Amino acid sequence: MGLGVAELRQAAWYPVASSDDLPFRHVYHGQLLGQELAIWRADDGYVNVWENRCLHRGVRLSIGINDGAELRCQYHGWRYANRTAGCTYIPAHPADAPARRITNRTYPVKERFGLVWAALVADAPEVEGIGEAGFALRAMPVNALPEMVLAGLMQRRVAGGAVEALPPLGAALVLEGTPGRATYFVQPVDSARAVIRGVVEAEPDIEALMAFNAVLTRLRDELEAEARQVEAPEPIVPRYEPVSVELATMPDLVIGRQATVRVRVARRWQAALDVIGLELAPLSGQLPTFQPGAHIDLHLPNGLVRQYSITNGPGELLSYSIAVKREADSRGGSAAIADALREGDVLAISEPRNNFPLRRDAVRTTFIAGGIGLTPLLSMARALKRSGLAFDFHAFARSDGHLPLGPELAALGEGVMRHLALGPSETAQEIRRVLGPYSFARHVYICGPGPMLELARGLATALGWPDEAVHYEYFKNAHEIDKSTSFAVDLARSALSLRVPAGKSILEVMRENGIDAPSSCEQGACGTCLTRVLEGEIDHQDVYLNATEKAADNVMMTCVSRAKSGRLVLDI
Amino acid sequence: MGYSKPIAPSLRDLWHVIAASQEVPMGGKRVTTLFDTALTVSRNERLRVARNDDGSLLPVIERYGCIWTSFGSPSADLFPIIEYGESDRRNIIAGSIGVNVSAPRAIENFLDMGHFPYVHTDILGAEPHTEVKEYDVEISFERDEILATRCRFFQPRAALTATEGQEVDYIYRVPHPYCSVLYKSCPADESRLDVIAIFCQPMTEETIRAHLMLSMIDADNTDAGIRRFQQTIFGQDRPILENQYPKRLPLDPRAETPIRADKSAIAYRRWLSQKGVNYGVIPQQLS
Repeated sequence: MGLGVAELRQAAWYPVASSDDLPFRHVYHGQLLGQELAIWRADDGYVNVWENRCLHRGVRLSIGINDGAELRCQYHGWRYANRTAGCTYIPAHPADAPARRITNRTYPVKERFGLVWAALVADAPEVEGIGEAGFALRAMPVNALPEMVLAGLMQRRVAGGAVEALPPLGAALVLEGTPGRATYFVQPVDSARAVIRGVVEAEPDIEALMAFNAVLTRLRDELEAEARQVEAPEPIVPRYEPVSVELATMPDLVIGRQATVRVRVARRWQAALDVIGLELAPLSGQLPTFQPGAHIDLHLPNGLVRQYSITNGPGELLSYSIAVKREADSRGGSAAIADALREGDVLAISEPRNNFPLRRDAVRTTFIAGGIGLTPLLSMARALKRSGLAFDFHAFARSDGHLPLGPELAALGEGVMRHLALGPSETAQEIRRVLGPYSFARHVYICGPGPMLELARGLATALGWPDEAVHYEYFKNAHEIDKSTSFAVDLARSALSLRVPAGKSILEVMRENGIDAPSSCEQGACGTCLTRVLEGEIDHQDVYLNATEKAADNVMMTCVSRAKSGRLVLDI
Repeated sequence: MGYSKPIAPSLRDLWHVIAASQEVPMGGKRVTTLFDTALTVSRNERLRVARNDDGSLLPVIERYGCIWTSFGSPSADLFPIIEYGESDRRNIIAGSIGVNVSAPRAIENFLDMGHFPYVHTDILGAEPHTEVKEYDVEISFERDEILATRCRFFQPRAALTATEGQEVDYIYRVPHPYCSVLYKSCPADESRLDVIAIFCQPMTEETIRAHLMLSMIDADNTDAGIRRFQQTIFGQDRPILENQYPKRLPLDPRAETPIRADKSAIAYRRWLSQKGVNYGVIPQQLS
């Protein structure tokens, strides 16, 4: 005895559930050293052990909903991803990507001998002593001090029997009255509560199981009687770590064009006639949480930086899948990927950024994809399908062979329609038909080549769709950028006045002056450098903002847009 | 009985609800708890509230269908709800319900619209209409209360006669650390507002009785029907409230993760901090 709570917290891995406690789509309520746990298995087999508390308002996640890829809180529907516990969606603000990295507390997890193991610290030593295989006996909860339970097990071994101690709270021995040797791990639930989790090498027959159960039941009754003789210690006070200062008070930390994540090309395949599919796996662990519509910057060996949308479904964080079209007029980006990248190559990428967020408060969502433009929409449709929300997906391409990610598209089911080999007027006719007149709570997401996007946006407007229901993402800004003007910029929060000369962007001038502003495509297409404008008239040159947003004149893209007035005041 | 630290002066001098009037009829008597202290309320020739430990008498008033007392020197009257006095309104106490949660958690839930589609599915909200639109919040120093206006939420069937959804307007007031009053568009008369109030009785830091008061313009529904409706709503909130941890409301801004939709809750937590409220909350640690 004599192990204090602090020592136990530091010590090691403890079993917190049987593998059998995690049936399909269930969330199991566990506890370890006073800390409540929400334990759930995703459809990909991964077991998540999380603090049992939604970060928003403290509601237990064990009453949440496991949809196989994400855990949804019952109170406000916040969604947390399998593996990372990163928040992917906040329904109260459907138009926004959860801007700040909201991530629930997770614990290291292992599944061995038919038991789920967790540790309260990151670097607990390995569980030693018994082999990988094993059969977990029925768990026996005991209302007694965990150390008392271990001592009770030791005392009741067969006379003269050997004990192999497995610190901090385990022992392999033969209990009097049981058919053989077993390893008993004591789960310290709280200061005066424990669970005995026995493991034997192979599944015993029913008589043997009943014998183990009878002995452990008697042991429980005796230990609880013993425990009643002594004063029970106070329950352990659970620790709730404060959320980061940044999350509680500040807007996004500024992230420049940084490549903080290293990945390996795990798979490369021909995803269509002129499209290469790439599966990018982390060098270790798992990848950061992404939201549908998010993109990554790929830093290529030749120094170029290109943006690609993540096509994954929710909760898939073992790798990111992207698709790269080899452009005939490639400036070196897509050619570098198509010609040079091989499986096993290591690349630097940025963390995912989402400037094309998916609302999930539509009664029906329509996707209109042109060729390679289906990549962000595929990820969105996968998220809606997982949640059982209605959508239709229209994929336009020159031919079936030109349509990327055909099998992935087909897996979306009956909502998918292919529109192949259509001329411009037929395309317009089809888009008009799939849009139809606007009705309440419909949303359309469009991604594809510039001309098709312009066409679809124009048709939507003509059919009465308001700007806020039409969402789009351009691959690139095809407009000629006019850099000829020169003007002044005041940065309100940084208390800095800068001069932007002809030939340079606001972003470039800010960087030269030590302001690390986030950016990604740097051609006015992706939306990463969006900045609030407090004063001045803006010369919008981007393709990210819609007409309503441009008319409001209160935000701008600093990578391409400039001033019409002589001076702009930015909220930076 | 023991609450170990003294309650803040801002709480001690306030009126606190201890029972619905209908719970203590003429000749009746009821033992209840306020701030961990057992009290007896009795009604004979007059209404009396006495402490069980030393028998001393406490001040008492009867307002809005409830009985209120105080451990200090309370003001002459309670916060105003002027609609309560209008002659054509039906004033109903819809229930007095025990909940294992702190009073501030219950108030914050009452102020919250984001949970309507998830907790009050198909009644006060329905997926996919989950958006909480921008609204205004102010802390009125003059009236010492919080006011949230321009609150709107999409409801699938705002009234029994409605065939399609519509936005419903709300105004929320928090005129007391443990009480909140909600004004909601009235289906029977567009020019007026129905009033729903929650008065929380802090029995201990982590257990309350919630008294629900309604003041409605409604000629059609029976009292029993109106009570059943409110109790259904509250019955949906209760399992959520009882699964919130910690049970006391943390006032440290870093304890939980607020979003724009939580503006009124952010103002409420700040207001409680400013008032030095120390019961049912986890005060902000000064560092």
